[in-house]
Amino acid sequence: MEQILLNGLITGAQYALIALGLTLIFSLMNILNFAHGQMYVLGAFVTYYVYGKLGMPFIVAVIASGLTLALIGAIFEKYLFNPVIKKSLREESSMLLAAGTAFFLDALILIVFGEKQRSVPALVDGVFFGETYGLDIIIPYNRVVIGVIAVIMITAFILFMQYSKPGRAMRALAQDKIAAQLMGVNLDRYSLIGFAMGAMLAGVAGSLLVTITGVNSGIGGGISIQAFTMIMIGGAGVISGAILGGFILGLVEAFGLYYLPGDITYLTIFVCLMIFLTLRPQGLMGKPWG
Amino acid sequence: MDKKFIIRVIISLIVLLVVIPTVLIVTQRNDYLYGITSVAILAMISAGVWLTFFMGRINIGQGAYALIGAYSAAVLITQLNLSFWVALFLAGFVAALFSIIIGLPILRLKGVYFSMITLTLTEVVRLIAIAWTPVTNGPRGITDIPLPGELSIFGLTIIPDFATMQNSKIGFYYLSVIAMIITFTILYRLVNSRMGILLKSLQQNEELASSFGVNISYLRVISYAIASFFGGVGGAIFINLTQSVYPTTFQVADSINYMLYTFLGGLAYVFGPILGAFVLYFSWDILFIFKEYQLLIYSGIMILLMLFLPNGLLSLRLKK
Repeated sequence: MEQILLNGLITGAQYALIALGLTLIFSLMNILNFAHGQMYVLGAFVTYYVYGKLGMPFIVAVIASGLTLALIGAIFEKYLFNPVIKKSLREESSMLLAAGTAFFLDALILIVFGEKQRSVPALVDGVFFGETYGLDIIIPYNRVVIGVIAVIMITAFILFMQYSKPGRAMRALAQDKIAAQLMGVNLDRYSLIGFAMGAMLAGVAGSLLVTITGVNSGIGGGISIQAFTMIMIGGAGVISGAILGGFILGLVEAFGLYYLPGDITYLTIFVCLMIFLTLRPQGLMGKPWG
Repeated sequence: MDKKFIIRVIISLIVLLVVIPTVLIVTQRNDYLYGITSVAILAMISAGVWLTFFMGRINIGQGAYALIGAYSAAVLITQLNLSFWVALFLAGFVAALFSIIIGLPILRLKGVYFSMITLTLTEVVRLIAIAWTPVTNGPRGITDIPLPGELSIFGLTIIPDFATMQNSKIGFYYLSVIAMIITFTILYRLVNSRMGILLKSLQQNEELASSFGVNISYLRVISYAIASFFGGVGGAIFINLTQSVYPTTFQVADSINYMLYTFLGGLAYVFGPILGAFVLYFSWDILFIFKEYQLLIYSGIMILLMLFLPNGLLSLRLKK
């Protein structure tokens, strides 16, 4: 019982980190970034090379992953999404573009990194046995460390959004684009920063998780669907919602996979999600517009 | 109806039903015959996506209804020994029935929430197909689906048995092209009818339409059911062409593809899905020579198209 709870919480922290980037991009630009999972995979591969192959310190790898993805995100926003949104008659065109970039990154990852499953050595060796403390828990130290780092990252992100100037500007844009622009917020500039940050978060999440689950080039689409599920639970475009959604999905998955077979677990999650969304379309924390 | 439109329709019918098949049979290009057959089926399934878009919803769950239609047809034909022609319509109705049950609650969602829930819908149907082994035979799928039999009324053969044909591919070509023509005729009539105008009002502003006395929930569910009917029938034809169905026959990637066909053709044009499906299907086919770079170039073209023609291929006509 404690074991499942702890597994769920640690997975939840990692999931929340994945969902944060997606929700940030959505709240600023109303784009559902289909390529989020692929960005995650790319971040994981960068870490695989920098940390696993070159043997640099892990922190360098995380920063390298984050920067690479921030750069890719910035390029995507500046040269693809921004012009298309301005030119097209309908907002939905950005969705086709997002799907296109997802396929593009998928193909690129497959060509550059091949289809093998890759993994890197753990950050910390050893396993924690809770028996000595009277707890029914067995957990590798590595997972604990990654879970803690994820929580620190989430906290840092919240603080950044809450108190820094760019963070405040982005929150203002998410709330009301026109009003924020009238107050002197530069829409183009903060859309660029927001998209880059969203992509960076995906990269950092991939970088952290590669030490636990490893990575192969085919998992991007699945990660995207998981991230969609989380922001549907929590409400699209709301930061607290993404975090809540991540933890809820992590816990439900941990309990579900323990008591039910894998396929049935996901079936149950999706069916429950559909029932939940019909009762509360905007998710737990979302705003009640579409 | 102006004269120009009627002439255009007659020309395209002649090309579809006479010119293309004759040329392909004479030149023995069975691969292109199969390609156009697939395009017709894909366009038909995408027609449903187009219709849901017409009322202001982005539907990324059309694969779910295609899979429901495919499995209903397969089960009806192999386990209940029904004729293909009966099963075809029943498959459409089963898909429509499910879409009414599912649509009633989820059509209340708007914008991106509707899109995301339809995306998971495809996954749900796939997982059910895997889990419900007694009916669907689980991950191994249903294989050996017989070819469509003959269709006759009072002993008069209208459509011969596909198995007795020299080249059953021709039979499937006509079946899917005619199905596509019927689909788009219905769609065209629907869009230009009173209901079409009402649906357009939903696309613009549902609350406003409702305040003018439009029964919005009824309209939404009915057009969603019609859209899913197209998907179900398309799925049923497709699995009879391949003679097998697996849970992976229609999956999330397919649902996204249907949306892409519709978007690429242009959302403002009824015949957009046909063009979108044609262009994307054959460019994928042609790019096969690039082997591992196939997806890279294909998606690259897609991104470029979006960059320069964000309102769809048919929007080129607007500028003239």
